[in-house]
Amino acid sequence: MIRINCVSKRFGDIRALDEVSAEIHESEFFSLLGPSGCGKTTLLRMIAGFDEPSEGEIFIDGKSMDGVPPNRRPTNMVFQSYAIFPHLNVAENVAYGLHARKGTRVEIRRQVAETLDMVGLAGFEDRQPHALSGGQKQRVALARALILKPKVLLLDEPLSALDRQLREQMQTELRHLQRAVGITFVFVTHDQEEALTMSDRIAVIFEGKVAQLDSPLELYRRPVTKRVGEFIGVMNFLGARLLAEESGGYEVEVEGLGRVKVPKRQAPGGVSGSRLTAGIRPEMLTLEFDDAEIPGRRANGKVVDTQYLGDMTYYEIALEGIGKPLTLSMRNTADRPILEPGTAAKVRWGPDSVLLLN
Amino acid sequence: MPNSSRFAKWRRSEAFRGLALASPPFLYALTMLAAPLAAVVLFSFWTQDYLTLDRTPTWNNYKTAWTEAIYQALMLRSLKVSALVTAATVILSFPIAYYVSFRVSPRRKTLWIFLITIPFWTSYLMRIFLWKVILGYNGVVNGSLMGLGLIEEPLTFILYNQNAVILTLSHAWAPFAILPIFVALERIDRSLLEASEDLGDGPVRRFFRVTLPLAMPGVLAAAVIVFIPTIGDYVTPRLVGGPNGLLIANMIELQFKKANNAPLGAALAISAMLIVTIISIIFLWLNRRYIRSRA
Ligand SMILES: Nc1ncnc2c1ncn2[C@@H]1O[C@H](COP(=O)(O)OP(=O)(O)OP(=O)(O)O)[C@@H](O)[C@H]1O
Ligand SMILES: [Mg+2]
Repeated sequence: MIRINCVSKRFGDIRALDEVSAEIHESEFFSLLGPSGCGKTTLLRMIAGFDEPSEGEIFIDGKSMDGVPPNRRPTNMVFQSYAIFPHLNVAENVAYGLHARKGTRVEIRRQVAETLDMVGLAGFEDRQPHALSGGQKQRVALARALILKPKVLLLDEPLSALDRQLREQMQTELRHLQRAVGITFVFVTHDQEEALTMSDRIAVIFEGKVAQLDSPLELYRRPVTKRVGEFIGVMNFLGARLLAEESGGYEVEVEGLGRVKVPKRQAPGGVSGSRLTAGIRPEMLTLEFDDAEIPGRRANGKVVDTQYLGDMTYYEIALEGIGKPLTLSMRNTADRPILEPGTAAKVRWGPDSVLLLN
Repeated sequence: MPNSSRFAKWRRSEAFRGLALASPPFLYALTMLAAPLAAVVLFSFWTQDYLTLDRTPTWNNYKTAWTEAIYQALMLRSLKVSALVTAATVILSFPIAYYVSFRVSPRRKTLWIFLITIPFWTSYLMRIFLWKVILGYNGVVNGSLMGLGLIEEPLTFILYNQNAVILTLSHAWAPFAILPIFVALERIDRSLLEASEDLGDGPVRRFFRVTLPLAMPGVLAAAVIVFIPTIGDYVTPRLVGGPNGLLIANMIELQFKKANNAPLGAALAISAMLIVTIISIIFLWLNRRYIRSRA
């Protein structure tokens, strides 16, 4: 649907994007995720046509977008500031783009009503923009773009101005909407949780470069670099040494954990050299509350800190042979105690708990 | 008792202090404006009897001002010229304001605005005389056109008529029109323009559907700012207007001085003021409507 071919963008001396390539499929919910200033907006604006790439090319639907102005592209944008026209009411805002197309008044009014209904603003036709809340403005911006049935809808952090509850509600609604209309969504966010819950695939961007492009599950389970692992969720990092490479995987010595056999799929970025980093997600480690005979390796440690979150408890566990305590999370169940700091604890892990990073 | 304590409280309040601070200049402005105005109003109801003033109130001056053909004609001409000056000024100023707001890089904008106000540093009369030099029978325009062989004889329709008045005044008022339009354009959120483009508008459509409507408060403000003083101007028409370029203000001046009929002059002045006030109120009302829909 969209092919981004080795695109770079420079603003004077600043390299906002550096040889970015990506393929965005039809009807996909695709997210651009990265910290502030990494170039997400820049990439989105180049897809929309507000900026031209310094190098490289963007194809939409097989056609090169070189020199094609925004009004001739099959894309529509939901701006971060919503950009609702202040001199027009809701209906006029939503119908703005229909102006260029054929259609009688009655037909346009019907389409506007239908689209407003779709975004949950039925009956808001005559409202003035200044009488709308942030969430309602956002819906108007969405309706204004969707009514044109674009091939691609571009959204630049559309939820960042909303409060938490509304944001979570809009996340679900947006996702449902996207499935219902089947339009390709390119969604910019700096919120990793938002990206994980909403997207089919995510491109993680750091300093103008795509660090990893994957499904939310792969991205979370198997980040290719330490930085991606750190950016998406929490990850423990331990020093590791490669002992042997076998056909099925790697034999490594991880500080604090001892010898571990790691399957090949747990080293998504490949392995080079013998000095490695082992990455472990908090939920991939388990605390043993009884002496059940479950396979896996164990180590003894001590609880340093306990953070009770209601459904989960996060523990900081000090193990012998490591400087920084490990972060470990346990789901709270009816028969599990909450361990106080100072208690001895037994930590268990399996071969798939450990990820090898360069 | 509660009253006096309330007064004491009010005396300590922010509002009181603000009022105390603002009132001396306010009073000054009020007396300087109100006293002459009151005098003119009084005069307009009196009658000049050679060297003495008859102070019995009468509407006769107004009757003369509104019914006699010469005054009607002059008033209409003044309104026409002012409307043309306003239109010309706004239409000429808009592209300049647009250019500075949209094309000049943000760092240079202040410099540009500064440069635009430079003509104001020279005296008003000086600028009018310069226009005379440019437009005159042996002036720059005629000289160059004849030099190029484009015309045989000097053009006479460019000086000492209404065209010259309109040209000179439009130039004189341009900065006053450019500034409010510039401010209105600056206030337009640039993402609105991108949104318009994104929704399918080319540059021309975008201008008429977004830029112009949103700049309208500035345009209307510019129109009022230019229109009001133009009606009262009598120097420019006298210097470049020729016999057919004279306006109502020239007649008012004539009545006060040579004709020695201050009451009629006052009635004419008050009439002109009333008309200007009504027109300005219409403009301000239009402006309010625009602003309200944006707020
Ligand atoms: N018009 C511009 N001129 C100069 N530099 C720019 C311009 N636009 C963006 N940049 C720079 O390019 C880099 C990427 O900017 P961009 O707006 O794409 O970041 P972003 O990922 O959208 O960040 P945020 O999450 O804060 O919106 C930044 O360093 C920014 O300063
Ligand atoms: Mg951004």
